[in-house]
Amino acid sequence: MSKEKIKISEALYDIMPSDYQDLVKSATYGKEDRGWKDIGNNKELIEQHSLCAGCPESMAFRYILASLPNPEDTVMVGSTGCTSLVFPMVAVHNIHSLFGNQNAIASGLKRALSVRFPDRTKDVVVLAGDGATVDIGLDMTLQAWFRQEKFTTICFDNELYANTGGQESGLMQKGFVAKMAPVGKLFDKVRLPEIARESGCHYVVNCTVSKPSLVEKVIRNAVHIAREIGPTYLQLYTPCILEIGKNSMEGLQEMRDSEKPTERFAYKEYVSEPAKQLLAELAAKDKERKAAAKQLAGKA
Amino acid sequence: MSQYRVLPGPEHFLPPAAASMGIQLPNPGEAHINGVITSEEKAYEEAAKQFLMAKVPTLFPGPLILWAWNEKAAKKATAIRHLYNTLKECVQPGQKPMLIPMPDYRPKYPKINPEVEINPNHPNLTIWHNKIDCCMFIGVHCHQANLSLKIIRGGTSCYTIAMCAQAGHEDAMLSFRDASVEKIMTLADWVRKLKGTVQPRLTSAKSGASN
Repeated sequence: MSKEKIKISEALYDIMPSDYQDLVKSATYGKEDRGWKDIGNNKELIEQHSLCAGCPESMAFRYILASLPNPEDTVMVGSTGCTSLVFPMVAVHNIHSLFGNQNAIASGLKRALSVRFPDRTKDVVVLAGDGATVDIGLDMTLQAWFRQEKFTTICFDNELYANTGGQESGLMQKGFVAKMAPVGKLFDKVRLPEIARESGCHYVVNCTVSKPSLVEKVIRNAVHIAREIGPTYLQLYTPCILEIGKNSMEGLQEMRDSEKPTERFAYKEYVSEPAKQLLAELAAKDKERKAAAKQLAGKA
Repeated sequence: MSQYRVLPGPEHFLPPAAASMGIQLPNPGEAHINGVITSEEKAYEEAAKQFLMAKVPTLFPGPLILWAWNEKAAKKATAIRHLYNTLKECVQPGQKPMLIPMPDYRPKYPKINPEVEINPNHPNLTIWHNKIDCCMFIGVHCHQANLSLKIIRGGTSCYTIAMCAQAGHEDAMLSFRDASVEKIMTLADWVRKLKGTVQPRLTSAKSGASN
């Protein structure tokens, strides 16, 4: 939908709940340099959510939604998990797929959007948990990458099945004991970032969401590369504080501890050669745009 | 002809789809009352009577008119505001007309504020909270309107009216079809015409709240 169409009928404006009025008045749709710094200054694209207090996934959601380069022309595809509780409160088009089907749905959607809107940029972003991405949906995840489908896959990795009580997932670390996995994980965490690289992803990042500016950078890179070149994959650590026995205020520290150089979420990035070239071009354009804006401001 | 009648509930937890009970949609120029095909004139009169009888007559505009997609949508919104203003002018002390939007169809969790909006996935919450005993849907996509109408019929005693832009709704107790600005204005004229001639059920024990 074009952002020009997002207008409330004047005769009924006063009865619209305030969150819709705010979305029209002060959301950042169409703003070229939108980013996490808009949080607190502009209406966010996420309304109240039903995640647990202090849940790092809720932080991740806010940073991602603030960083999408083209939210009015983006469709997000979700899957079963805690994320599916949040999508109803998100002011970006979204589809809830069957558990694990998200990358297959996104493939069809991206192709259909390219046919239906050949002259417009339409981004598709998959956002699913580790169960949907790596266990139940691994087939669909990999096949989409093999086919070089042009969309971004984001995995919220909390290293277990959180909202069903803590069962073992493929991304759980070796030896971890969870409520519903009392024996402890017997094999290593699946190395999906490496698999993604080998499967044809042009941009792969493994990190936590402790730093909003970093999340903004990787989201923008991933979406731009997916738009122009091919599949991209982000694996973001969003620990389930309940299932690992932490308190509400300890999620951030848990992420900081897990991103130390020797830890499993130390920042890792892979960028293919064509993607590197594209990022360099985008950076040059951005620099030009900012210089022009500065010049204009100087004249004024 | 079906013996089934689409009447105010609470019918039961999962009321049957009226279509599955043999209720048919009206042809152009017609309407239905309780599932019986009738003339539009009769439907205007009955809808106006129901509004004037109700303790809390309520209009539920949906996304098709709340958002100004085009000029027609904006005009319908103006007509709905006119109907609401007419209702306010024509009711008696003790009656409380309401205008509550259905801005979108996403299920509102963890909670909905029933004072300011209605949601098709749990419309009964808004009906119960505000003790609405007569309501009209307009500008709601067919599937979501049907969902709402069935839930309301299942769990509340609210009288439902559909001002449908397509072929009408079997699951409403009264349904117009091919809704237009003119039809909304005609309904407002009927409300004004019947002002003072209908006894409101202010003391009735029966209200929207039925649980």
